[in-house]
Amino acid sequence: MFDREYDVIVVGAGHAGSEAAAAAANMGASTLLITMNLQNIAQMSCNPAMGGIAKGQIVREIDALGGYSGIVTDKTAIQFKMLNKSKGPAMWSPRAQSDRMRFAEEWRTMLENTPNLDFYQEMVSGLIIKDGVIKGVKTSLGIEVYAKSVVLTNGTFLNGLIHIGEKQFGGGRAGERAATGITEDLVNIGFEAGRMKTGTPPRVDGRSLNFDKMLAQPGDENPEKFSYSDVTKPLTKQRDCHMTYTSEAVHDVLRSGFDRSPMFNGSIKSVGPRYCPSIEDKINRFADKDRHQMFVEPEGWNTVEYYVNGFSTSLPEDVQFKALRSVVGFENVKFFRPGYAIEYDYFPPTQLRHTLETKLVSGLYFAGQINGTTGYEEAASQGLMAGINAALKVQGREEFILKRNEAYIGVLIDDLITKGTEEPYRMFTSRAEYRTLLRQDNADIRLTPRGYDIGLAKESRMIRMEEKQQKANAFINFFKETSLKPEDANPVLDDLNSAPMKQSDKMYKVFSRPKVTMDHMKQFAEVAEYIKEHDLDTEVLEQTEIEIKYSGYIAKEKNNADKLNRLEDIRIPANFNYDKLTSVSFEAREKLKKIKPATLSQASRISGVSPSDISIMLVYMGR
Amino acid sequence: MIPQDTIIALASASGAGAIAVIRISGKDAISVCEPFFKSIKNKKLSTQKTHTIHLGHIVDGKRVIDQVLVSIFKGPNSYTGENIIEISCHGSTYIQQEIIQLFLRNGCRMAEAGEFTLRAFLNGKVDLSQAEAVADLIASDNAASHQIAMQQMRGGFSNEIKQLREELLNFASLIELELDFAEEDVEFADRTQFEALVNKIQTVLKRLIDSFAVGNVIKNGIPVAIVGAPNVGKSTLLNALLNEERAIVSDIAGTTRDTIEDEVVIQGIGFRFIDTAGIRETEDVVESIGIKKTFEKISQAQVVIYLFDASHFAENSSLITVEIEKIKNQFPQKPLVIIANKVDTIDASLIKEQLHYEHLLLLSAKEKTGIDDLKNTLLQFINTGQLRNNETIVTNGRHYDSLLKALEEIEKVQLGLNDGLSGDLLAIDIRQALYYFGEITGEVTSDDLLGNIFANFCIGK
Repeated sequence: MFDREYDVIVVGAGHAGSEAAAAAANMGASTLLITMNLQNIAQMSCNPAMGGIAKGQIVREIDALGGYSGIVTDKTAIQFKMLNKSKGPAMWSPRAQSDRMRFAEEWRTMLENTPNLDFYQEMVSGLIIKDGVIKGVKTSLGIEVYAKSVVLTNGTFLNGLIHIGEKQFGGGRAGERAATGITEDLVNIGFEAGRMKTGTPPRVDGRSLNFDKMLAQPGDENPEKFSYSDVTKPLTKQRDCHMTYTSEAVHDVLRSGFDRSPMFNGSIKSVGPRYCPSIEDKINRFADKDRHQMFVEPEGWNTVEYYVNGFSTSLPEDVQFKALRSVVGFENVKFFRPGYAIEYDYFPPTQLRHTLETKLVSGLYFAGQINGTTGYEEAASQGLMAGINAALKVQGREEFILKRNEAYIGVLIDDLITKGTEEPYRMFTSRAEYRTLLRQDNADIRLTPRGYDIGLAKESRMIRMEEKQQKANAFINFFKETSLKPEDANPVLDDLNSAPMKQSDKMYKVFSRPKVTMDHMKQFAEVAEYIKEHDLDTEVLEQTEIEIKYSGYIAKEKNNADKLNRLEDIRIPANFNYDKLTSVSFEAREKLKKIKPATLSQASRISGVSPSDISIMLVYMGR
Repeated sequence: MIPQDTIIALASASGAGAIAVIRISGKDAISVCEPFFKSIKNKKLSTQKTHTIHLGHIVDGKRVIDQVLVSIFKGPNSYTGENIIEISCHGSTYIQQEIIQLFLRNGCRMAEAGEFTLRAFLNGKVDLSQAEAVADLIASDNAASHQIAMQQMRGGFSNEIKQLREELLNFASLIELELDFAEEDVEFADRTQFEALVNKIQTVLKRLIDSFAVGNVIKNGIPVAIVGAPNVGKSTLLNALLNEERAIVSDIAGTTRDTIEDEVVIQGIGFRFIDTAGIRETEDVVESIGIKKTFEKISQAQVVIYLFDASHFAENSSLITVEIEKIKNQFPQKPLVIIANKVDTIDASLIKEQLHYEHLLLLSAKEKTGIDDLKNTLLQFINTGQLRNNETIVTNGRHYDSLLKALEEIEKVQLGLNDGLSGDLLAIDIRQALYYFGEITGEVTSDDLLGNIFANFCIGK
């Protein structure tokens, strides 16, 4: 059936696999996407939403590089919010509620319209590896398909085990079977594997809920969108989410099932994410809290199915049901399906290089939950990077790596491969040391040139980005050059309780004052005229405002980042002999030997490696 | 780590001497020095040739600190391969520290241990065979420095600093919490409380920074009274501790030119040695005033060293015993070290037989034997908490440097709080401040924040 050798095979078609396949194919690599069920492409296995704090920035980064997630999200969103708008611009984070079914459908359509991409439905049950080089995959039917590189994006499917109360059964997701064979193949050739756990809440019938008893949570009045491209438009109508709370009564019911909880009776041994605890975990660990928030999220435009955010659980289904019925608004709830926990295999990501290629097998790439991460956005971005690098390797081109000061994606991958992870890894803004630089408003400026360079981002994106940047720069110059008279400025400043001006000053200085915003500046006739004359859109206004108001902080972080990059530029030879570093602690040496950092900067981020160890390495590298 | 900035350190042995040499290295070494050096002949440092020496004054504004000789070595023909300025100043600790502090405030950073050599190595000035020595130096210094810093602050600031750091970390977590988990049902960082904390931190930092001011270093070194008759070798002992020759040491009793009162830094801890006259009973009115003064000085000291000449022990043994007992009776709580000096000249077994004291040391100041025992004994008093030095001192220039920087960041946080700055921007300065705290306490921050959040707050939908 497969007489030709592909450039790239992508195993799995979740968020990671879909982005990987799209990226590789768009970069000209002949690509095959193999998945167990082609009806389930890019499923949202957990909550029907994309983005959020730090995650929204990632989606915008994927979009800026030429990935699909942003476009698909925009086209299938039912609600949009810019979170953290009251905070500094680095914190603004887009989030969308999605129509789950439309999301998957749109992804499939976009993939079908991608050149160089073939599809095949079957379970991959093994890998063909020769002398440390990947050659292809074997399917459960015994078919061998050959490729120059393979991207594994198995999600929660590898030996997936689902828990509901005391019941457990094999499965990769509710209603889908687990995948077997791959872990065993990899462990046999020396890979280290581990188990992780995650969970999901029940889905319920919206017709059985009393929304009048809950608090409506509408989207933004003026919704924005994810994609920088013009192919999508902001939403014109949106659906509400709702909020309610658990209570002591609910907690009591939940507690009554603890003895049958796989979390507490020892059947689940693997580690789940601390920041996404199950409801039983929450009431157990924070016993003094008498209630917890729950968000009730519609699963689409036209469905009655609802997602009960905040109520992830693996308690027995009867306990889940009884507990939910005691929640305000849920008195008559009907279940679509109970929540569950799932355990699955992952491979500690310290076994990877920055390209997400494994250190052990040339041409084999891992992306998504197989690397111990959680989240659609984290998965999608890894898929994108693995797909790009798989294609680049086949084409004999230079690898594509994003630095920590360039993108959240860079932070994500560097954290994974340098520190590994003990629990499912989710992105937070606090993980990025230079988050003021990694904003959602400038992902295109940061990354579109990079995506364009490797042939992934289209020229139209470049043109659009350059135009935005040029317009913003011109506008900034306008503020630097135009003066403001005290008699014009003081009424506005007075309103803000800002000290009055005594003599004329440049607008830039007035704008830089705390509390003064673009809206205030627009009150001055020259500014309003400039905006009109140059036809500046919100994006340009926002960019201008941020660059002026936060210039001090941006400059400071850039400066700090430059310092980091000096170490980043010092590469450690692959054959570097760590054993001769006798002045370095044994623990640090062992870690260095295991992780084999690519640069001194990466070495400095390994836990247990001290700054003085880095000085010592510098000495031994005889720079 | 990567040679970029300008570093400074004392190049000569620490402690007082006739002259001291302060070395400054870095691309900007010459321009950093220029504004603070007033040449006698009105020469500008930047226009002078390499390998030249210039006489002038180090000035801080209008205040003249010292008359000095400045040597210029331009890179690459210098020890480190970078531009180097060497300032030869007068040897007192006060002057050394004044000059170093002046430059720390104006563009220099305190050099790490071995950093001059490291730079020399990186610039190809040192042979590869020396690499290992440099590496060991860096490693051992790093391990020791935090411990010493904390020891040094024992009883005074160490707990305070640790606690403040923890409180700051907690607040930083609260701020991160409201940033990363804004959608969730979490408490927010109380800005008024935070302001109070920041003010508290500022006060403590300022106090610590002031303690580094040289006057304080000298005043605040742990006072050690040396009691002993003339010519038992007090000066020689002090010189041995200082590891260098003092101006006058002779065999003629009473030739110590000034009162000995000198600071010796042992493993980063300052000890201030105070000379006293002996306490021999006398009829002479003048001398009895001297004895009264001696006891006064002993009462101010935290440690007493009783020094006697071992070569004359046999004929003086009863006198010596009486004197020791007198000190013990008068100051039963004070750690007392009995030192038999000049043991190289006699057989010391008699001394051991007759004197039974916990801290009896046999040494020869002249031959420098037994000096390490003395140092260890003094340090042991500190480690076992027998000494309380509540007026804590910062003697380590690197820590002083970190404290200055932490203060700078804390003041930015203060400013930000006043302006109602958003949390993500406050966090930038808080993280920097935590980083500098860590340089003193040796604690790393990077993964602390998230860990703290997960441990203390119920989050996650």
